[in-house]
Amino acid sequence: MADLKQRIDEATGTSTVGHEWDGIEELDTPMPRWWLWTFYATIVWGLAYVVLYPAWPMVDSATKGVLGWSSRGDLASEMAADAKRRAPTVNAIAATTITDLPAKPELMQAAVQGGGAAFRVHCVQCHGAGGAGVKKLYPSLTDDDWLWGGDLATIEYTVTHGIRNPDHKATRTSLMPAFGRDGILDAAQIGDVVSFVRTISRQEKASASSARGAALFADNCAVCHGAGGEGGRQVGAPKLTDAIWLYGGDRDSLTATITQPRNGVMPRWGGRLDPVTIKMLSAYVYSLGGGEKGLAPVAEGAGADGQP
Amino acid sequence: MASPEDLSGQSAPLYEARKGVYPKAVNGPFRRFKWAIMAVTLAIYYGTPWIRWDRGPYAPDQAVLVDLANRRFYMFQIEIWPHEFYYVAGLLIMAGIGLFLVTSAVGRAWCGYACPQTVWTDLFQHVDRLIDGDRNAQVRLANGPWTAEKLAKRVIKYGIYLAIAFWTGGAWIMYFADAPTLTADFWTGQAALVAYGTVAVLTATTFILGGFMREQVCVYMCPWPRIQTAMMDEKSLLVTYKDWRGEPRGSVKKAQAHPGGFGDCIDCNQCVAVCPTGIDIREGPQIGCITCALCIDACDGAMAQVGRPRGLIDYCTLDDAATEKAGGTGQPIRKTLLRPRTLIYFGVWTAIGAAMLFSLGQRTRLDLAVQHERSPLFVQLSDGHIRNNYTLKLRNMETRPRRVAVSVSGLPGAVLWTDAGSREKAGQRIELALPADSVTSVKLFVAAPAIGPARQDFTIGTRGLDGDPRGDSDIIQFDRPEAGQ
Repeated sequence: MADLKQRIDEATGTSTVGHEWDGIEELDTPMPRWWLWTFYATIVWGLAYVVLYPAWPMVDSATKGVLGWSSRGDLASEMAADAKRRAPTVNAIAATTITDLPAKPELMQAAVQGGGAAFRVHCVQCHGAGGAGVKKLYPSLTDDDWLWGGDLATIEYTVTHGIRNPDHKATRTSLMPAFGRDGILDAAQIGDVVSFVRTISRQEKASASSARGAALFADNCAVCHGAGGEGGRQVGAPKLTDAIWLYGGDRDSLTATITQPRNGVMPRWGGRLDPVTIKMLSAYVYSLGGGEKGLAPVAEGAGADGQP
Repeated sequence: MASPEDLSGQSAPLYEARKGVYPKAVNGPFRRFKWAIMAVTLAIYYGTPWIRWDRGPYAPDQAVLVDLANRRFYMFQIEIWPHEFYYVAGLLIMAGIGLFLVTSAVGRAWCGYACPQTVWTDLFQHVDRLIDGDRNAQVRLANGPWTAEKLAKRVIKYGIYLAIAFWTGGAWIMYFADAPTLTADFWTGQAALVAYGTVAVLTATTFILGGFMREQVCVYMCPWPRIQTAMMDEKSLLVTYKDWRGEPRGSVKKAQAHPGGFGDCIDCNQCVAVCPTGIDIREGPQIGCITCALCIDACDGAMAQVGRPRGLIDYCTLDDAATEKAGGTGQPIRKTLLRPRTLIYFGVWTAIGAAMLFSLGQRTRLDLAVQHERSPLFVQLSDGHIRNNYTLKLRNMETRPRRVAVSVSGLPGAVLWTDAGSREKAGQRIELALPADSVTSVKLFVAAPAIGPARQDFTIGTRGLDGDPRGDSDIIQFDRPEAGQ
């Protein structure tokens, strides 16, 4: 800066900085001592920080700092502390049978919360973020229709053992025959069964086709789906008289299902998740709005003579 | 890089030690006003947490309490919940406009009288006078050698500083917990760590800022003087030395020797001696002036002694200064205060205050917030109905448990139930019990026939079943599958 003309200001006796803006000059007033020492202190602080903590970026990492602190380590210790904090609740849930959970609202609430977290990790891939399922693929867990039963204990069983797991004996299993592909029924017959099913679900009016379908249904379908199409939970056979269709209730969808059924599968979570997590997951699924009241659990110790 | 020496040929000091300020005791109307303000503000600060206020069994009985743990703010009859924070925002806006109002009317009155830094500095300066004596004794002691007497006076003085600072820090935490309980806990070592930390920090800052840094805070640390200076105009009152009346200065003797040759200022330096920030007001308006007007008291006293009219240093606007300089007389103070600008500020300030009072009176203590569950948007039920899920947040802001009814309207054929019941017991209205002073979260299921628009607005409302029947309602959306789905 060539125009630096430092001079002493007459009024104050202080030297000027040497700049001039539109006739205004700045006095070179010294800083107060405390200000300067505070400034030095921040420098010392900064140096100490660089030595103690990770600070200086290198090519593929940063300087470590002599304290060995890391945000990852912080996270690990926070996670451990959180697990410790949650331990009493988790242990209490573990010690309670799932059917007893609703009687303890606080435990139930905690289980629903924990189950929600587990659901978002393990279940949303198929059943969707809110358990709404995916049309024609995965059932909704929020409605009031259950293939295998919707009370707490039944849900827990399903989650633990999965559905149609090839390598597991206790799994939920059933197999709807491929009536079309295997030639059990011909195309016309399938059309008649479709008419009948759509009649009992009040989507179509009764017709000659549905009357023929009724006889075919009684021979081929009633054993699992019930004489009136009311479904059978022992084998996960869906109710055919309601408004909920996992694989679609229109003619095309029904024809496709009878011709070549899907027989959807679900992994078993027993062994992959610990029992408490499964219990919490079940409580969460139950809480989604479609949960059914289970049968009252048999009081423990009640003998055959009815004496406790 | 060139150092300052290279450029100017002389060395400029990097820092400057604080020059001691030893204000002289003064008496006068402004000093008495300052005493009164100090007494009132300190009494409010130290005393408020100890006022009791009965709110019933479910709420604390401290009149003013910032209950951070439970997120409540109590101020006498008024209770603020976190979602009503706009009342606090309103207060902040009022404080802002109040600052405009006060500054445009009377300049930096806040700085001179009500600022905590000013009040505590003033208090500490009185301690100085109590222990060390008035100005001259203070200067003598400060410049004198370290004798046993000086050591004793310093120890006593800093001890009193520390006691005041500790009391100040201690009073602060009383606003955040029940004062008597906290006092007992504090002395028995059972209070929260943050309480001890806060007291320690505030004791230290009061001790340092009030005891030692004083006017340095105003001049170097505080942004307020800069902001306030920007808000003043030529019609704002500021402490002004009327140089057209005072100059040239000369002692009484000189003035007698040369009649007509000197102004009214007798150069007694009393205005400088009494100034708490150590400035010379006769150099004109400056940032160090906090307009506390003690120099006016001092100058009026001196003028009275020599038999000259008061007001050589006085509150005066820049406009009046120009008028007086030209030989006229300034306008009366009433006209200075009641001018359009201040009246507009006052009008806005009052309007906001009135609006807040009105809404305080109108607000219901049973508040509802509804959130529509988005995932899934709707659920197909087996009987063909469509169910939507909602989360209700019901705030019972009264300090007693209540029974309320929740109902829906504008959705034909709708029934509702919560996760505590089942659909068999669903109806168009459900009753809930809400605990006192709490937020209850309820999962609400609403089922309606599938026939209807894909998106339909309807109302969920609450109503008190006991006492105040007023409730709250929210308009929210009901979703159905699009036709053909």
